[in-house]
Amino acid sequence: MKKRIEFLIEKLIFFSGFASIVFVALILIFLLKEGLSLFREVSITSFLFGTNWYPISYPPQFGIVPLVLGSLFVTFGAVIITVPLGIASAVYVAEVAPQKLRNILKTGIELLAAIPSIVLGFIGIVTLAPFLKTIFNLPSGLTALAGSIMLAFMAMPTVVSIIEDAITSVPKSYKEGSLALGATRWQTIYKVTLPAASSGILAAIMLGIGRVVGETMAVLMITGNAAILPTSILQPVRTLTATIAAEMGEAVSGGSHYYALFAIGIILFIISFAINLVADIFLHKKPGKIKKKK
Amino acid sequence: MRNTQRTEKIAFSLLFLATLIVVAPVVLILLVIIVNGIQAISLEFIFGMPRDGMRAGGIFPAIVGTVYLMLGTAFFSIPFGIMAAIYLNEYAERNKLTRAIELAIVNLAGVPSIVYGLFGLSLFVNFLGFGVSLLAGSLTLSIMTLPVIITATREALSAVPKSFREASLSLGASKWQTIRHIVLPNAIPGILTGTILGLSRAAGETAPILFTVAAFYLPRLPGSVYDQAMTLPYHIYVLSTQVPNVSPKIQYGTILVLVGMIFILNIIASVIRAKFRSRKTW
Repeated sequence: MKKRIEFLIEKLIFFSGFASIVFVALILIFLLKEGLSLFREVSITSFLFGTNWYPISYPPQFGIVPLVLGSLFVTFGAVIITVPLGIASAVYVAEVAPQKLRNILKTGIELLAAIPSIVLGFIGIVTLAPFLKTIFNLPSGLTALAGSIMLAFMAMPTVVSIIEDAITSVPKSYKEGSLALGATRWQTIYKVTLPAASSGILAAIMLGIGRVVGETMAVLMITGNAAILPTSILQPVRTLTATIAAEMGEAVSGGSHYYALFAIGIILFIISFAINLVADIFLHKKPGKIKKKK
Repeated sequence: MRNTQRTEKIAFSLLFLATLIVVAPVVLILLVIIVNGIQAISLEFIFGMPRDGMRAGGIFPAIVGTVYLMLGTAFFSIPFGIMAAIYLNEYAERNKLTRAIELAIVNLAGVPSIVYGLFGLSLFVNFLGFGVSLLAGSLTLSIMTLPVIITATREALSAVPKSFREASLSLGASKWQTIRHIVLPNAIPGILTGTILGLSRAAGETAPILFTVAAFYLPRLPGSVYDQAMTLPYHIYVLSTQVPNVSPKIQYGTILVLVGMIFILNIIASVIRAKFRSRKTW
């Protein structure tokens, strides 16, 4: 009897082990099942290269170029802000800050990760948007730039913690060698430690981009939600994710609009899959990686 | 020599400034939430039903909805997550299949939250016919939380020294007996910490529940797992973008309750972690 229970438990454990693969497959299958139905009515080229997103006009138009550009504008802005700030903070926390300050700063960054995106979106609407409106003298502060700043901030915990890991796992002997040769701490950091941690830093940037592209609620609330072709980051835009969140409520299940939103989901899935794959490759080729300390 | 030292000073100051730019807003945001939110908190606000198109009254149904949703998520994701981690850490060999599972987990963790919403809508709400319900929402959030739980549990399991397992096996215990009586009890604190953190993150998610469980306005408590429910994150969304003329007091109050819940969970998790560390004997 006991043997049988043990056998069953082990079978369950094996099954659970593979479940993650099953779930990824299920997500893809169900996105494809709904999303590909769109292309019975609309051609793939007009979906991918169409410049008009008018899902409820007659006849509807499902060109995602404005949405892709919206996502690109917001992401690009966020990356420009996150990368230097993220690398600098990670270096400061890992290499420069005294122990006590380090713990405080790390707690601060962890707290940021714990604040839900809907809350940050709300705070963005009431603080960041009016601020941008005044400095740039805009009709509304809800713009791509507001989204970029917000997202840069939201990606920070991911970026900083991965870079910090990468920096602390650079073998001590590298740094000691450099210091022994008479280099200052700063020279050691930017000539030895950072290059040695470079693949971890690249992975961090990739995962940061993944976080930014996939973020939905804060972006929906703060980018102004206009599905038009953007020309400047001081204009309202609409990202791929925000479009799904904003429109699925009105889309009729089984209608072409519903399918089109799933087709956008397929694109997001492919983007995140590619980003995570590349990031994972970077993470696994960390040179001289020492077993992470517990 | 003088020069390099000056460069170092300037560089370190700049690094400090950058870190400040990252961390200072967090403190400010939390202060703004607490200062503005605390005025709204009252017994009526916590335990009352919303009134006047959600512009007055309380947020009790949203609090209960979020708690139910977290319990549902815990129910599905914890056993699955722990077993998957046991498989990866105790049974799996280092081969292509294991690598594929690991990649799948990494990808599950990276799938945008709104895509989980689509998936839940398509599979649980429509295909399996659960409708917009607590069940569909919990299942969607469970799959999303799974990678967090698996990763945390795996780390906790691998922190248990190999010698513990060897001692148990050499006394004639079977593999499962060793896991059940030696490995798991020693890994429990780590598993708990990771699980609580994963669930606290699920509690704040909005995008995956938009089309799977969230009710715009439902001034009663959900009666079964097939019921829709109000939830705190979606309620914040509704209050800040969908309903005109909501007083900031109510908006901040709702935010404070959600953030408070999440932080309490986080604090519990770090207390468990700290306690465990101090008691660790190996």
